[in-house]
Amino acid sequence: MRKAFVKKLTELVSNNKNLYLLTGDLGFSVFDEFKEQFPDNFINMGVSEANMIGVAAGMAMRGKQVFVYSIIPFVTFRVLEQIRNDLCLQNLPVKIIGVGEGITYGTSGPTHHAIEDIGVMSSLPNLTVISPGDPIEVEKLVEQSLYLDAPCYIRLGKTGEEIINSQDVSLKIGKGNVIKEGKDIAIISTGNMLSSAIKVSMEFEKENVSSMVISLHTIKPLDETLLKEVSEKVKYIFVIEEHISSCGLGGKISFYYSQQNINVRMKCIGLPDDFIKFVGKQDFLRMKYGLDVDGIKKSIISFINSKK
Amino acid sequence: MDLKDLKEISLKMRERLLTMHSKSGESHIGSSLSIVDILTVLYYEILNIDPLNPYCETRDRFILSKGHAASALYAVLSQRGFFKKEILDSFAENGGEISVHPERFSVPGVEASTGSLGHGLPMGVGIALSGKKDNLNFRTYVLISDGECEEGSVWEAAISASRFKLDNLIVIIDENRWQAYERTDKIQNLELLKSKWEAFGWSCKEVNGHDIQGLINTFKSIPFEIEKPSIVIAKTIKGKGVQEMEDKMEWHYKSPKLEDIEKFLNSLRKSS
Repeated sequence: MRKAFVKKLTELVSNNKNLYLLTGDLGFSVFDEFKEQFPDNFINMGVSEANMIGVAAGMAMRGKQVFVYSIIPFVTFRVLEQIRNDLCLQNLPVKIIGVGEGITYGTSGPTHHAIEDIGVMSSLPNLTVISPGDPIEVEKLVEQSLYLDAPCYIRLGKTGEEIINSQDVSLKIGKGNVIKEGKDIAIISTGNMLSSAIKVSMEFEKENVSSMVISLHTIKPLDETLLKEVSEKVKYIFVIEEHISSCGLGGKISFYYSQQNINVRMKCIGLPDDFIKFVGKQDFLRMKYGLDVDGIKKSIISFINSKK
Repeated sequence: MDLKDLKEISLKMRERLLTMHSKSGESHIGSSLSIVDILTVLYYEILNIDPLNPYCETRDRFILSKGHAASALYAVLSQRGFFKKEILDSFAENGGEISVHPERFSVPGVEASTGSLGHGLPMGVGIALSGKKDNLNFRTYVLISDGECEEGSVWEAAISASRFKLDNLIVIIDENRWQAYERTDKIQNLELLKSKWEAFGWSCKEVNGHDIQGLINTFKSIPFEIEKPSIVIAKTIKGKGVQEMEDKMEWHYKSPKLEDIEKFLNSLRKSS
């Protein structure tokens, strides 16, 4: 995903000298091409994220299109008030790019995990929150973010995320991406859980369970039209995410259905309200928390059985 | 404008502040009185601004980073013709247009939303840096408080400003030696303030923040050094102009009672 972001950004800046990338001293070597070709548009702000957000705000006040980049905790939690006051309150269209969604940086430990950022960031007025499902979604949504008149936060994985979408897929910020139609269950995923969602769906297909798969890449604003359709179409809804469920996409969707008085049979499959308690790589940690394909499948079966 | 007229403007602004704070019952009058003379000089003698064209791309920018003194900013903007005086009457009133802390473009001339300390200078660096990128000659002025220098983001921004050689950026420190809880120098060594900023690559001048001519001379010599950001440490008195309020921390919190307003106005006129 990171590569897809850098490639798209390099392409965008080649036609738009008003675009700037500010990094908090991270992304070593990945921006080499960008930096060499467009040195005026690349600024390493150093290890000073609070300042980086304020500087981005100041530049955006003058009409610059600014992307700020760092690992998620450093460009969200650490600078929350700068994002709130400088970007959201003043409604300045800065793009916050965070790398390392969920437990991408598994072995780095909890300081580097990003399992609460959806909750924290989507609580801010004016901020669009985007969590692309694959590198194609990254490219298309990053490009569209240039046309937003307000700030946005785009959370990315890092490397190795499978390509799910075709290059010509039509995507829109705020509109869920229906990857596959189905009539029994719907699996709604956000971010890097998309490939697992597809795999789980294929497993169910083998057992003649028809499953719809949606990449809900925009968490805020939620695609309420699609969610309503889904509630009318399938018997069960499962929301999967590499994030604490209660404050993540699952929590947002639950809130929507309850406010609209829509009765659904829905289960959130994500992380508990806790820091990660194990040391290990992403795959290992997913398994520990039931977020591997097998674990997700078991949760779904168990939920369906409990409702029979 | 001659000195007498500028002093008259400062007096008028202070009168308005007394009215605004007594009517609204809101705090921070001491902080606002502290920066009146600085604002008078900036808005009447220094800033390249046009009240009739407040969003002009090449205008100088002024950010009040110590947002709690916004009443003084509103008073000078109104006085300078950015908006009608009637708006000042709605200061912090239900349904009014201006809050205790300023919001960007809530009224023409307010460039940034501030109120949480340590935000103004990073934004100022961004504005000044983008001005350099576009080869524009406007300047960006950021007024911060001495207590605000305890915020880490101020120093992050100070590093950036000197690194980018922002000689189009000016910080003014309102050094009234009071912060919300006690004397500023109980928390930080103010004698070192100048050398700290210089160590961060800024060119510094100290001035009496109530000496109109001294302020004019100082601001007219900007940039103090080529390719360096400039900092003006203005020695001020919290509550300046109203004898009962001068250098008294309690006026960070208290507001003048309506029944005392005449007493304070008389005190103000006597001292000016």
